[in-house]
Amino acid sequence: MRIERLITMANDIATYFTVEPDHAAAVASVRDHLTRFWDPVMRRQLKSYLADGGEGLIPLAQEAVSALQLPPVDAT
Amino acid sequence: MLSIVEIDLGTPKSLSQTMVSLDIDGRRIEVPEGTSVMRAAAQAGISIPKLCATEMLDAFGSCRLCLVEIDGRKGYPASCTTPVSEGMKVATQTPKLAEIRRGVMELYISDHPLDCLTCPANGHCELQDMAGVVGLRDVRYGYDGANHVYARIPARDDQEAAIHGRTRQTVPNPLFSPKDESNPYFTFDPSKCIACSRCVRACDEVQGTFALTIQGRGFESKVAASQDNRFLDSECVSCGACVQACPTATLSEKSLIDKGQAEHSVVTTCAYCGVGCSFRAEMKGQEIVRMVPNKDGHANHGHSCVKGRFAIGYATHPDRITTPMIRAKISDPWRVVSWEEAIGHVASEFKRLQGTYGKHAIGGITSSRCTNEETYLVQKLVRAGFGNNNVDTCARVCHSPTGYGLKATLGESAGTQDFDSIRATDVVLVIGANPTDAHPVFGSQMKQRLRAGAKLIVIDPRRIDLVRTPHIKADYHLRLRPGTNVAVLDTLAHVIVTEGLVDEDFVARRCEPEAFAKWRTFVAQEKYSPEAMESVTGVPAELVRGAARLYATGGNGAIYYGLGVTEHAQGSTSVMAIANLAMATGNIGREGVGVNPLRGQNNVQGSCDMGSFPHEFPGYRHVGDAAVRQSFEQAWGVPLLSEPGLRIPNMFEAALDGSFKGLYIEGEDIAQSDPDTQHVTAALTSMECIVVQDLFLNETAKFAHVFLPGSSFLEKDGTFTNAERRMSLVRKVMEPQGGYADWEITQLLANAMGYPMHYTHASQILDEIARLTPTFHGVSFEKIEALGSVQWPCNDEHPDGTPVMHVDEFVRGKGRFMLTEYVATTEKVSAEHPLILTTGRILSQYNVGAQTRRTANVMWHDEDRLEIHPHDAEERGITDDDWVGIVSRAGETVLRAVVSERMQPGVVYTTFHFPGSGANVITTENSDWATNCPEYKVTAVQVTRVSQPSEWQKRYRAFSEAQEALLEQSAKPA
Repeated sequence: MRIERLITMANDIATYFTVEPDHAAAVASVRDHLTRFWDPVMRRQLKSYLADGGEGLIPLAQEAVSALQLPPVDAT
Repeated sequence: MLSIVEIDLGTPKSLSQTMVSLDIDGRRIEVPEGTSVMRAAAQAGISIPKLCATEMLDAFGSCRLCLVEIDGRKGYPASCTTPVSEGMKVATQTPKLAEIRRGVMELYISDHPLDCLTCPANGHCELQDMAGVVGLRDVRYGYDGANHVYARIPARDDQEAAIHGRTRQTVPNPLFSPKDESNPYFTFDPSKCIACSRCVRACDEVQGTFALTIQGRGFESKVAASQDNRFLDSECVSCGACVQACPTATLSEKSLIDKGQAEHSVVTTCAYCGVGCSFRAEMKGQEIVRMVPNKDGHANHGHSCVKGRFAIGYATHPDRITTPMIRAKISDPWRVVSWEEAIGHVASEFKRLQGTYGKHAIGGITSSRCTNEETYLVQKLVRAGFGNNNVDTCARVCHSPTGYGLKATLGESAGTQDFDSIRATDVVLVIGANPTDAHPVFGSQMKQRLRAGAKLIVIDPRRIDLVRTPHIKADYHLRLRPGTNVAVLDTLAHVIVTEGLVDEDFVARRCEPEAFAKWRTFVAQEKYSPEAMESVTGVPAELVRGAARLYATGGNGAIYYGLGVTEHAQGSTSVMAIANLAMATGNIGREGVGVNPLRGQNNVQGSCDMGSFPHEFPGYRHVGDAAVRQSFEQAWGVPLLSEPGLRIPNMFEAALDGSFKGLYIEGEDIAQSDPDTQHVTAALTSMECIVVQDLFLNETAKFAHVFLPGSSFLEKDGTFTNAERRMSLVRKVMEPQGGYADWEITQLLANAMGYPMHYTHASQILDEIARLTPTFHGVSFEKIEALGSVQWPCNDEHPDGTPVMHVDEFVRGKGRFMLTEYVATTEKVSAEHPLILTTGRILSQYNVGAQTRRTANVMWHDEDRLEIHPHDAEERGITDDDWVGIVSRAGETVLRAVVSERMQPGVVYTTFHFPGSGANVITTENSDWATNCPEYKVTAVQVTRVSQPSEWQKRYRAFSEAQEALLEQSAKPA
């Protein structure tokens, strides 16, 4: 998928949770949102994009994506 | 004409709990206090003659037929206007009453045509019935005097002329008015009018439009629409309440005139908006004579709008495609094939695609236009048959933020009330909704309550009709800039918190304290004061403060919202902000209050309930929940995936990158309804097997490889769930034109894919849903049939359903305040795109228009227009009817302009009912952060005068014509 679109969507989610004063809760909320609502393919793509530098992802999104749990490719 | 099967009791039901007993014709009768003598008698099976009374309307007491004698009272009181009292003794039939009634009828008939045998009301004419009941045998006055019946009357000197053997002279009758046939659905024949005022009162009391009036006095009194206009040119909204109320043939459906009286009647549920009106389809065999709203309908109480009552001709429109068709490429003509071949082809293509590109390369889209059973079956086919979770529904593009936002705050993805709750509301807050156009029947109920004294706050960029309509004026209209809903809601919350208007007791008892404390601090920030936000929202601070105080302290406050809330980049945030307001003021958990999403299509609620989102099973339970998943695995006999699948916009992205190749679409037209059309059509053209199951060759079908003919709501059994969580039965009144109900087609496909399904009736599907979903445990066709309708949750705890939710505690336990930071959309005005385009809908058309465009409703709206404020128009040299180009960063289209002060400067508006308008060519890929619901309501555009269609429109027209030609060429089997 177009990585630009995934970056925008992840940033939109992170932007919502930026207001959360408890930073750890904010990171967990973004991660939980991505896990609950994003197809693993999209999560995998975004995580590997982050591993390559993650340009354009806002800091909260980066933090959330970095520790995203992903199911093994063949399990889904 | 009233329904052919309902018994009219004459006056409305009294809601009093106190019972009164009286004696009517020697029979002891007990009724609630406030009941009329007429109704008390009727409930006991005693019919008192009547003409101006109907239980649709308040008693009027004008026809003088329903007179009775009451012991101890002088004269002959009208039974319709006389309330019962304890110990009252009433006689309904006495020689004196008979004489009076005959005298009254004689007068009526002396000014009424006697063409009864050829009259459309024949068989159900109340005037004719009453003439029979009172025993009218003679009309002593003759028909030569003053009358409304004949177009010409004898000249004054005619008698003398006749004596001298000259031709009988006539002159035009000044009292006569010709038949008005301007409305496409009904006629108005004043010569048959008895001036009972039922039509006028129906327009006032039931619909609330006040379009009709009695003009003139005494014998000159006559019914007139607006200023004596033709009906079509008047303010009439064609709801048909007057036609239903008319006791004679004065107002008659044209379909009744054409076809004659129906012989049976079937109760079913409307397939248009989220109000979900109950109708009686009055039938002659398999042909509909007319649709009459069901008096016992729990959502509509006998009312309807122009769509539900009249706009049903699409179901039998010649454009219906009734045979399966396939083609290899979209540039090929269609080939008409058998069902076996079509289904076999789809199954083999889908298997091939999964074999070549992987299990996840295909998916399904279901729709709010499908029944619950159909939607359930599509998601079951995808999850169990396709073996992935790539299923979504069109609620993605309308109310998905409602599901997310209300689940996060209250614990359940649904509205909290029933419609009747508004009867107990003191302050109505409408935000981002236009109920009089988009939910007209509930809009009428809302207007009734407002006319009775409830206060009104409207939050909308446009001056919608509710802001100022007969006998209603909004107390506050917060005319915000599009895209600033969250800012306005936060300023309202700021006022409530900082002025000490929080219902502290409610919050302490019912809500999570930490989340509330956090929220209180958050909204109390100075940046959310109405004064600080004024420059962002455009709403004067004192209006915000006034509205907040009214909502928080004005008694029962109820919030109604629509797509003007959800279809934004911050749609889910707005929904949560609304829930926050309701919780903070204690306006939740009882009659008269609540958070009420007005759903766009008839079964938005149901399609969401049925597990059609990629991440959740029926009943809003995540696919990652192991216990839930196991229950479905056990019932369905296959392993299921624990990870969410693709949402509709994700499917498009995946199609464009080559990983998503096949799509089964039931009842949804993504090529017209989804944003950024060119992106959508690029995605569609990159897929290898698109299967469209629909009534017509819709916009998406023009990109399809397989067309499966679907069935209309009149051709199948099932259930719809309306905006109040109300499940109602949809009943088959005619055979499916294509041969199968939609759920049967899905079943055929499942079987061909190798996942067996063996339902023989839709009720078995609902039984399965009920078994597997706790909120539906108590639901069945039998239960709905017995109760008329059921509001879920319906289970052991709530065997008869749940009109009001969150009564003692929230579904999630404690209510949870969510932080709702205002984040300006990235869609900003600029020198290049200085105006904001917002989109919406109008009364006569529905959604993409596939249904209503194929009815006479086009007489009210035959093209989408661009509404623009006079200031913006003048700056650009635009006047009414000019062709204007609308350009956004996504695309360009051309529409004709309407200059309108309903708009605020800087904001333009259009509807999206016609595919050639290309409203969604302009809308962008921006979407709600939580759900990807598109930001339809905010697009930066420039508008200029132009002389020709846009490039997109030219391409669209050429493509569309080519596709229609291919349909024409379709080869039928020998």
